[in-house]
Amino acid sequence: MYTQGLLEAPPKAASAVEDSERMAHFQARIDAEEKIEPKDWMPEAYRQTLIRQISQHAHSEIVGMLPEGHWISRAPSLLRKSILIAKVQDEGGHGAYLYSAAETLGIARSELIEQLLSGRAKYSSIFNYPTPTWADVAAIGWLVDGAAIMNQVPLCRCSYGPYARAMVRVCKEESFHQRQGYHAMLSLARGTPAQQRMAQDALNRWWWPALMMFGPPDTASQHTALSVRWKIKRFTNDELRQKFVDFTVPQAQFLGLTVPDAQLHQDEDGHYQTGPLDWSEFNAVLKGNGPCNAERIAERREAHAAGAWVREAAIAHAAKRAARAVA
Amino acid sequence: MNAVTTPATARELTTYVLRLADTSLVLAQRLSAWIGHGPAIEEDLGCANISLDLLGQARLLYAYAGELEGAGRTEDDFAYLREECDFLNATMAELPNGDFGQTIVRQCLLDLWRLELFEQLTQSTDMRLAQIAAKAVKEIRYHGRYSSGWLVRLGDGTDESHQRVATALVMLWPYVAEWFAEDALEQALAERGVVPSVAAVQAGFEARLAPILRAATLTRPSNVDYRWFGKRAQHSEHLSHLLAELQSLHRAHPGAQW
Repeated sequence: MYTQGLLEAPPKAASAVEDSERMAHFQARIDAEEKIEPKDWMPEAYRQTLIRQISQHAHSEIVGMLPEGHWISRAPSLLRKSILIAKVQDEGGHGAYLYSAAETLGIARSELIEQLLSGRAKYSSIFNYPTPTWADVAAIGWLVDGAAIMNQVPLCRCSYGPYARAMVRVCKEESFHQRQGYHAMLSLARGTPAQQRMAQDALNRWWWPALMMFGPPDTASQHTALSVRWKIKRFTNDELRQKFVDFTVPQAQFLGLTVPDAQLHQDEDGHYQTGPLDWSEFNAVLKGNGPCNAERIAERREAHAAGAWVREAAIAHAAKRAARAVA
Repeated sequence: MNAVTTPATARELTTYVLRLADTSLVLAQRLSAWIGHGPAIEEDLGCANISLDLLGQARLLYAYAGELEGAGRTEDDFAYLREECDFLNATMAELPNGDFGQTIVRQCLLDLWRLELFEQLTQSTDMRLAQIAAKAVKEIRYHGRYSSGWLVRLGDGTDESHQRVATALVMLWPYVAEWFAEDALEQALAERGVVPSVAAVQAGFEARLAPILRAATLTRPSNVDYRWFGKRAQHSEHLSHLLAELQSLHRAHPGAQW
């Protein structure tokens, strides 16, 4: 999902001898569905896993502002423009909120941003795909935010308190994002032939990347078991992916659009089974070779560098005010 | 009470409302370009917030202009299907963002002017305009706090930031003049109490600006002779580019619903 990099960089090993009593107590609290709070003792691996997961989620929100943000200036109606600004603003808000949640684990936002800009930190690969038409904005809302909700609703019950609470608010807003995306898609699907073509083309391009957002199949996912035991994660990648497919295929049918998968079929239990996913593409994008990886990071770096003098001025002004207050 | 009693007044008021609406829309469009590109996440959010408010104001004003005009034009007809020579926004709103300092100077000047203007418009004899102004003024007060806060920070920050906003202020100041060059339309509406007198708005603007420039350690530039008149559709070179982008998708699909 928003934390694919976990697979490449497993958390640092816990310090040689974790206090086994404290460890048992910690696990007992988790098993009892208690929330772990910032000042509570926690295993180092739990802390590192959460820092990585929360910060990658935050980075994804921040980078995720870019592909849709490019359409703000050209949104085709004032209503759509308002909705899109509000949505992209929400994403920035989620980023800020999640960086704060990560900071409760003892790492500064500036350090996390540095990790993003230097290319050391990962963010969701989905944002490395381009948005060539307006229908991509609709498809991102419908499919990408739809997939995000599948993953994030269980995170509202994550064992780490600050993350779980952040996710409650994030999920409420994501649900608005998904609805507006679907509604925008519906307008296109019910629109002119040119709009319908645009909608189908966007579905063709976003369908498979959206399915890959849930991460590799369970058989290839190294960290699911530990994350499930610590109740950072409640469902496996494949469980969530199946839920998303079952939810989304009927929506596509209602729109009158064709899911780009000749092997898609409903099994006897009513679940939709897809054809095989092309994981080589997923891995290529994850490794930095996707269509827009370089552009996205370059854009973030440019904004950060161009704003350096502004941040310095704010600090200098605050220091002057503090000095005047003392004088 | 409604001030619109004759077709001539309705035409004048429509034009005036479009001036307000176009300024809001064009400024919203400019500011929204900062979303995802600001110096910090909080500034992305601040610019998005203000842009969204401005867009909301534009939509209310376009709806009212459409009713006054009575020709069935919608907010999107006004925003997407008029030419550059039909737009009546204050010229300053259409000027490029430049760096963050230039954006802040532009925003602060426009906020302080619009705050004074909309505060006085809440007393309009045209009830609808007064209501729209009453809603907008709450938003503009916040916008002014944001932009003046940043202007003070940058003016009284580092040597570099001071220099940048001082240069931007000199560059932007000539565009202030148009706001206070009262024309026949404004005069006629002011006589009927529909809009405030330009002189009263100018006095309020200057009173609000002076302490902010002082705190920002900036000097108010002198007035210049040349006046821009975006409000009479005499624009800078920049508006047509802005509209080309804003209107491109809408115009590519005539009659489509979105």
